[in-house]
Amino acid sequence: MGEFKVHRVRFFDYMPSGIRALAFNQDTERMAVARMDGSVEVFHCSDRFFQEKIIPGREQCGIEGLSWVGERLFSAGLNGGITEYDLTNQKVKYTIDAYGGPIWTITGNQQGTHLAVGCEDGTVKLFEVNEDQIQFERNLDRQKSRIISLSWHPSGSKIAAGMMDMIQVFNVETGHSIHRMLADRGAGTSRSKECVVWSVVYLSDGTIITGDSVGMVKLWDDQTGTLIKSHNVTKCDVLALSVSQNEDSLVAGTSEGIVVQFQFVSMVLEKDDKEWVRTRTFRNHTHDIRAVAEITTAVVSGGMDAQLVVRPLLDKIEVRSAASALRKIHFPHRRLVSCARKSGLMLFQYPGHLELWRLGESEGKGTPGSSLFVKRNPEKLLQLKVKGEDHIRCSAVSPCGGWIVYSTASTLRLYRLHCDNNNISITKISKLPKVLSSANQLCFSSDSSHLFSASAQSSVHIASLSQSGCKFVGTLKPKSGSHQAIHLLAASEDGKWLASANSDHEVHIYNLQTQKAHCTVPVYSSAVTAMGIHPATNCLFMMHADQQMFEYSIEQKQYTDWSRTVQRKGLHRFWVERDTPCLNVMFNPQNPSHVILHDMYMLCIIDQSLPLPDDKTQFYNQLTLKSLTEEQRKSQSHAFKVCKTFKDRPLHLYVCGLSEEVCFIKRLQIVPC
Amino acid sequence: MVETSDIRVVRCGGSKVNLTPPIISSDSRFVLCTSGDLVKVYSTRTEEWLHSLQGHTNQVTGITLNPANHLQVYSCSVDGTVKLWDFIDGILIKVQLVEVHETVEIFLSSGLCVSACPECFQLVSVHLPKSAEQEVEAKEMSAVSSHISKNPSCTAFGRGGEYIAFARHLQLNVYFFRKQKTYSFSLKATDKKGAKNAFTCIACHPTDDCIATGHEDGKIRLWRNFIHKKEYTYSTQHWHHNAVNTLCFTPEGTHLLSGGIESVLVQWQYGADNRKEFLPRLGGSILHISASSDGQLFCTSHSDNKITVIESSFKVCGVIQGLVKDAVLTDLMIDPRSKALVLNGKPGHLQFYSLLRDKHLYNLDIVQQEYIYEAGLDQFEVVKAAFDIKGSWLATVEERGKKSSDLEFFLKLWAFDERTQSFVLNTTITAAHTDRIISMCFSSSEETTMLVTAAEDSQFKAWCQGADADTQQDQNFWSCDFVGSYHKLNPTNCSFSADSSLLAVSFQEVITIWSPDTWEMLTTLCQPPGVIRDLCFGRLSCSKYLLGTTTKNLLCCWNLLTCELEWSTSVDVSKLQPDPFSENVAAFSYQSKHTDLFVFKPSEPRPLFTNKNVCSEKVHRAVFVPREEPLNSCDESTQWLNRSQLYFLTQNMDLLTFSTATEEDRMLSSSKQLVIDDSVAVTPFYLLLGKHRQQQQKLNTQSHPVSDKPQQTQGSVTIKELLHTPAHVLPAASVLCSMFVNSFLISNTGVQQDPLSWLT
Repeated sequence: MGEFKVHRVRFFDYMPSGIRALAFNQDTERMAVARMDGSVEVFHCSDRFFQEKIIPGREQCGIEGLSWVGERLFSAGLNGGITEYDLTNQKVKYTIDAYGGPIWTITGNQQGTHLAVGCEDGTVKLFEVNEDQIQFERNLDRQKSRIISLSWHPSGSKIAAGMMDMIQVFNVETGHSIHRMLADRGAGTSRSKECVVWSVVYLSDGTIITGDSVGMVKLWDDQTGTLIKSHNVTKCDVLALSVSQNEDSLVAGTSEGIVVQFQFVSMVLEKDDKEWVRTRTFRNHTHDIRAVAEITTAVVSGGMDAQLVVRPLLDKIEVRSAASALRKIHFPHRRLVSCARKSGLMLFQYPGHLELWRLGESEGKGTPGSSLFVKRNPEKLLQLKVKGEDHIRCSAVSPCGGWIVYSTASTLRLYRLHCDNNNISITKISKLPKVLSSANQLCFSSDSSHLFSASAQSSVHIASLSQSGCKFVGTLKPKSGSHQAIHLLAASEDGKWLASANSDHEVHIYNLQTQKAHCTVPVYSSAVTAMGIHPATNCLFMMHADQQMFEYSIEQKQYTDWSRTVQRKGLHRFWVERDTPCLNVMFNPQNPSHVILHDMYMLCIIDQSLPLPDDKTQFYNQLTLKSLTEEQRKSQSHAFKVCKTFKDRPLHLYVCGLSEEVCFIKRLQIVPC
Repeated sequence: MVETSDIRVVRCGGSKVNLTPPIISSDSRFVLCTSGDLVKVYSTRTEEWLHSLQGHTNQVTGITLNPANHLQVYSCSVDGTVKLWDFIDGILIKVQLVEVHETVEIFLSSGLCVSACPECFQLVSVHLPKSAEQEVEAKEMSAVSSHISKNPSCTAFGRGGEYIAFARHLQLNVYFFRKQKTYSFSLKATDKKGAKNAFTCIACHPTDDCIATGHEDGKIRLWRNFIHKKEYTYSTQHWHHNAVNTLCFTPEGTHLLSGGIESVLVQWQYGADNRKEFLPRLGGSILHISASSDGQLFCTSHSDNKITVIESSFKVCGVIQGLVKDAVLTDLMIDPRSKALVLNGKPGHLQFYSLLRDKHLYNLDIVQQEYIYEAGLDQFEVVKAAFDIKGSWLATVEERGKKSSDLEFFLKLWAFDERTQSFVLNTTITAAHTDRIISMCFSSSEETTMLVTAAEDSQFKAWCQGADADTQQDQNFWSCDFVGSYHKLNPTNCSFSADSSLLAVSFQEVITIWSPDTWEMLTTLCQPPGVIRDLCFGRLSCSKYLLGTTTKNLLCCWNLLTCELEWSTSVDVSKLQPDPFSENVAAFSYQSKHTDLFVFKPSEPRPLFTNKNVCSEKVHRAVFVPREEPLNSCDESTQWLNRSQLYFLTQNMDLLTFSTATEEDRMLSSSKQLVIDDSVAVTPFYLLLGKHRQQQQKLNTQSHPVSDKPQQTQGSVTIKELLHTPAHVLPAASVLCSMFVNSFLISNTGVQQDPLSWLT
């Protein structure tokens, strides 16, 4: 496996922020997630829930609702504005004010023509969705209390609104209220408290289902405006409801962290009189569930504990496979850590600031497995707060440790770092080329002489760095293809090649000497989650969300023989069934046949010189190998060497490759406030 | 050999009433439950035993109301028959012989009976033929599945008998009769959280297609949509901390009742699952629950052989207590006053149980300490008890400490108080002996009462009632009169002769004979090898004989006049029981995995009666219960049962007895009588009168279950008179009525005061 010096980095206490809203787009199979810090993420449901797009948030921008209209995504929040997102370039397209005070909910009709928002002042405002913008159309009858939740009837002619202590049904044509249904307050002391109708769902058969702060899921008839049935789900609040596409299943998320499923089941078999019956209970959350969504094959829920839980519904799944397993997504599928390999610096990216740390140093060489004496403790050199309200989208530290760069949605800032022993000074490079105004992904060349900045239209800008400053060199543009934003960049060690991957799964390779597009890797159906260019052979190694791996020879413009062998023989079942994507591809400088991969829970070294395991061989064979003699070990070992624990503790990590060191970045337990 | 065909072993009296779920008649007036070979009918209001349905020749294993006629009940038995009864009159209507070996459980729905046979445990659907004959053979059978549990609670009919749901271990199966198709669903044995998912019981909703299943870890699952292989669904509820023993839907399906070891009846509201009600502290763990068809009454049967009748408002309104046989440590005894069977009952109590009326009389608290229901605690238990010949004294020994090192025991003497009609503690002796008391007996003479205790400290002590010199009170307390021992040997048994002139105490292999008047050892008898196990004197004409059994399978009979061994035979006797009303002695011997019974007179070594293979377990406890009215059988083999009835307790805690053919004939003839009455043509007038007569009959049976025949004839005279008068000459109804009512009045002379009535 090779010997490494291991740094245990326990000072990156990144805290993901809680999930506030979910919106599922049936046609594109995308799940949009809004977090408490205002960021919006898009997950691809059929591609193993890979986090395709991240739109960073802003300060003071609490999103309360998300809604898809066709392939357009809208959000509304307590700042009173409705925001449309530019998903191609992963940024906010525009924000317009609804002039109704804080907005509590936003929902689009199924026809895709209108958006309805519920405001603090008691109005339901209808917006017409035009080609390029949305336009205010009119208000429905104004109510006395705030509108907490909204749901369109699938025909688009009626809207049900959940408010304080009541539910109103509006006719969209006239704008008048048809029914007013009172929600009961809780018994005992909570009688004095208002009953908040947190969530409402309008079914096509005219049933209105509400979840409220008393803990009830109530079913109402919209013809008569009467209560049909009520289910006491919990002692506290029912915060979220979601109905499946064919309206035979409903999930309710509660503030106890429980998701309760209701099913529309015929009470007498093979007869049509169906009723909503409480069936299953899912307990995967530790804190309040703020949003649930029932997609075709699974229940997705998210809440204050910041994890997105995908709970498969086994009765809807044809074949049980790794793609349909229970999935918990805690952390972004992006690298938030970059490191300066030559100087031992690490840059941690938080939403609102950056931290630069110098790793500790140790004396001499120890035997494998022993811990070394720490000569110098790790040290926090710098904390850099972001100017403005936007959160950081991407950041990088140059391999030499002399440059730091970060970008928000609006600005890109480059700093020169002077570091002589204990004196650290930082100077902002003031005159940046105009094209470097904002970046989707940032990367330095290996000799730290160039900065690559991925920007709009899938293009990459090159800037050369020198003592005097930063100078624009040129722009790399793909020959053809989509204009989706680039989310990964990889530069080769010799400074000759640059690879970029965008969210349409395209990987372009550019020749940096000619500044021309060199070639395009054949498009694979799954997203690229990590890639790297081998320093010796200049082969591009790519990891995909479905755990497949490819090695592409840049010079020969074709897949390498090893990659073809992998594809022909297939990967081991255990490898494919892992549920987090690989986040980093590194290479062992001492042994060119070693490729180092890691995901959230494990570190894997692939030895390309060893045979590939087939489904019959033992995949996790480290312990078995240890007990064997040298010769037996040779016959038993295979290409995948997986390390899941370090010092008997499970890894929970980002791994960064230094020259001959590996940093395990251990994270703190996530405890939401 | 003597013919044994007309004497058979029956379960009659003191049987388990909790074996199957009790059923409540549709008018909520009666509770029916199986009890040994009988089906018993109790009143829900008075908790009294009304009558029993007698006719099965083996354990009744299931009862269910006839869905076509709610006044009839089907019962099935291990004897392989299914019988249809009119349970109000106690008439056998129909017998169906089922061709499987033993029907074990019956479930009925719309004329279709499903039974299981024990060897392979198959679920068989038996088509009950519709025929007018009284005895028919059911031949049309089809096997449903062999994948069923031995526990009958794991099988239930769904909505109107459309399907049947049954489970075994981790698999639930639903069989649709019309489609003849089975759907099965499996659960995982355990999961990460340590759930134990094995099925323990099933109930089906009466109108909806919803199956409730109970599980080993206390979960209750409600299954729906079970005609889909994949889209079936269930919801889970959890309250019980241990296995759910039983589930029951109320007839309207609005509630689900569940019970388990917690002995808490839980009522779940159907559809609103977290609304539940509890009825705690019901006694033993709940085994079965049933509900009446109007939903007004629930019945729970408990592990302590009890049926509790509960109103729908969750109020206990009646308790039907059977004989408690959980841990019997004392011998079976007969209280000479009440003629009740006495043995361990509730923990720390002695129970008094009337076998004649098959009724629990009362519990006598011996230990007088709070019993703590927790496993592993060492608590006082009554281990020995003895009555004197008149029933005015009761001696008990309570003991704590499994190991002899921390043994703690008390000898208590209880006097019968005429005023309160119960036993009152007279003397407590804390250190009667230095070691465990082995045996204890009262002298059998009428004049002086004396108690002899033999203990492991190689002594026997005689206790007498004497005036306490210090207090000078009238009340007499018990004190030690004599301490005897023999060569430091440990005594094994002690016994008084019938006239109390001799006391025999066995010390290991040696029997010593003492005179209680002078406390002089008269002689020793010895027949090695083998320690003496049982010891008894002959009665009446055989009082010169002393019988003893040894551990080396020897039954010896000594003649006390000659002090010589009269005869001996090699038989492994596990229990020797003399009949106090005759010379007869019953001996149970255990050989090659079954128990044989020998009844003999000590004067002759030839047995009067033998019954091979009485049961398959060892018998350690038996008792002769005096009959209320003696039989007058002249047959030599049944003569010994004329004056008393022999009851014995097997290791499975089954209380069995012997019944003779004459006895059964008498019972049957009384029920036949009713059948003939029934064959009178049905006219509207007959119906009117018939109703009256039923009420009258019930009146009679309630108050005097035994002596109901004289009034029967009296009543029927009036009825016949009415019947034979042509309708057009009948007087007005008001005149008729008073005459009718008058005929019900019972003349005082015919009825004897029930000797036990003070107990009720």
